[in-house]
Amino acid sequence: MDFAIFLKILVAAVAAGTPFVYAALGELVTEKSGVLNLGVEGMMLVGAITGFIAMAKTGSLLLAVACGMAAGALMAAIFGVLTLTLMANQVASGLALTIFGVGLSAFLGLNYTSIALPGIAKLHIPLLSDIPVLGKLLFSYDILVYGSLALFFLVSWFLYKTRAGLILRGIGEAPKSAHALGYNVIGIRYLAVLFGGAMAGLGGVYLSVAYTPVWVQGMVAGRGWVSLALVVFATWRPLRVLFGAYLFGAITIAQFHIQGLGIDIPSQLLSMLPYLATIIVLVIISRDLTAIRLNSPASLGITYHPENQ
Amino acid sequence: MFVKIEPRPEPSRVMKYCSPLIAALLMLISGLIIFTLLGKDPMQAFFAFFIEPVHDLYSVGELFIKAAPLMLIGTGLAIGFRANIWNIGAEGQMALGAIFGGYIAIIFHGSSSHFVLPLMILCGAAGGMLWAAIPALLKTVFNANEILVSLMLNYVALLLLELLVHGPLRDPNGYGFPQSVLFSDSAMLPILIKGTRLHLGVLISIIGVGIGWVFLEKSFTGYQLQVAGLAQKAATYAGFDYKKLIWIGMLAGGLAAGIAGVLEIAGPIGQLLPSISPGYGYAAIIVAFVGRLHPGGIFLSSLLMALLYLGGESGQMNLDLPSAVTGIFQGLLLFYLLAADFLIYFRLRITRRQRKEG
Repeated sequence: MDFAIFLKILVAAVAAGTPFVYAALGELVTEKSGVLNLGVEGMMLVGAITGFIAMAKTGSLLLAVACGMAAGALMAAIFGVLTLTLMANQVASGLALTIFGVGLSAFLGLNYTSIALPGIAKLHIPLLSDIPVLGKLLFSYDILVYGSLALFFLVSWFLYKTRAGLILRGIGEAPKSAHALGYNVIGIRYLAVLFGGAMAGLGGVYLSVAYTPVWVQGMVAGRGWVSLALVVFATWRPLRVLFGAYLFGAITIAQFHIQGLGIDIPSQLLSMLPYLATIIVLVIISRDLTAIRLNSPASLGITYHPENQ
Repeated sequence: MFVKIEPRPEPSRVMKYCSPLIAALLMLISGLIIFTLLGKDPMQAFFAFFIEPVHDLYSVGELFIKAAPLMLIGTGLAIGFRANIWNIGAEGQMALGAIFGGYIAIIFHGSSSHFVLPLMILCGAAGGMLWAAIPALLKTVFNANEILVSLMLNYVALLLLELLVHGPLRDPNGYGFPQSVLFSDSAMLPILIKGTRLHLGVLISIIGVGIGWVFLEKSFTGYQLQVAGLAQKAATYAGFDYKKLIWIGMLAGGLAAGIAGVLEIAGPIGQLLPSISPGYGYAAIIVAFVGRLHPGGIFLSSLLMALLYLGGESGQMNLDLPSAVTGIFQGLLLFYLLAADFLIYFRLRITRRQRKEG
């Protein structure tokens, strides 16, 4: 393959993988605290439309990002009240959140379906962006792509280098012991859930404001679910989440490039690729039961309440 | 005065049956608030949304037509949900049922044989079960999460249906529109009551709910599913084969969804289209929960959910309410149910002053 085309695909894969980076890293932090939130798809959708409306009304990216994150966090707060305060089943509550998010985003977006936003500019860093190959590969993105990288470093540092991160992981492994040591299990889990929601919302904003700056009903198109699978694929490790996100970014755009090469395959078959790839990847990773047991937070998905012990 | 939350010594049976009613009531109240916020007269909107759809025999028929796939799929899913086997793939399994059943209708187009319809239903059931077998297989052999696998397969199935209707199953004389031929009468479900669109599929669905009830409440496997859901360790000690239960739980949902898919295309739709369901496969998840995973409750909650669908249409026609409101109501209903379930295990007690713990 032509090197220039290869480079182009790599750059496009990073952009396409960015929503996964945001949503999956957010969910990773939530799951590390022992809470499984299946509502990522719904939170991304609501984040996407809220950010889109803010951008369409004000033209301010900062405001769009803030609104999208707030909307995602608000959605996550509903989930938090249900599962953490009212001790509802996490699987059912997560599903409810997605169903609600699909409906709410469709409703909020009714008057915005025919608007196209200008998108956001790629950052041009003097000198760096002009380096022949490396400049294109590393320094040719918009600010939200760099933001997702910053998030990766932040999450890695927080989880493994800070005391707070240790406490969060401890709560995910053994909430009873953490409670006995005097930590507020429910309060910290709330924070983790809200963070996950804000990041899912931000991933949605990236989709609707930067990646494809139009609002299409249901435009997240399963990316929230893929992000959930990515966390398992990454065996709950941030670096592998990043790698997996770009891998799935590449698979998402592969369909356009295969069509571009003039190969005659029905578009629907190509569109199936990311979903089939998710299943294949899940099977490969989950097969190794020991690796899953060693790496998944021990209390993941299990309801905990101090009053109930 | 203080409100104190305390665990009940035993889960409350009364609250178990009351909480769906509380949820429905809270949803209605939220509905009135939403209507008001949208600048509509709440009572008029309430009438258009919840009363208008059931004001005569014809519309009651419509209610049952919408409720039929929901109750059938909801019952099938409940069989798995009882054992914590989460089949989220009913939407895709329904599409596969429609593809398999629709294929039979297309190859026997023009035939007047009485065997076409039963064959369609059999093949549709097989299609739905085949699609549900994938997550069951990957779960039992490779430990792959059935929620994610079955959900991913929804997207694949809907794309597959779209692909087939645009290509091999398209009506050759249909001016290139992405739709199959209109089915012959032999491939259509007969109408049960004159003056309505109520078709045989509604009766089949109700019978399906009945079979589900017998299976869940009267069979040993149904008991095993229940135990496995409440205490998986106990089920393992008792020697229940959990892998077998996974297969049963997944296939029951696939079977029901596959049949529901056929009943849709052989009933109200009458041909294969790129999309054959307005999200019944997802709504049925809510129906199963609101119905307390019990076929009797599922029957009732499917009627409520069908009313939400019809209300959405009626509200759009009469009051220009956006039909997307239906999705919000569906989500709210499940939220309220999950919240109200708190009262099964806990009670609120109003005390005059805070008692000292000790």
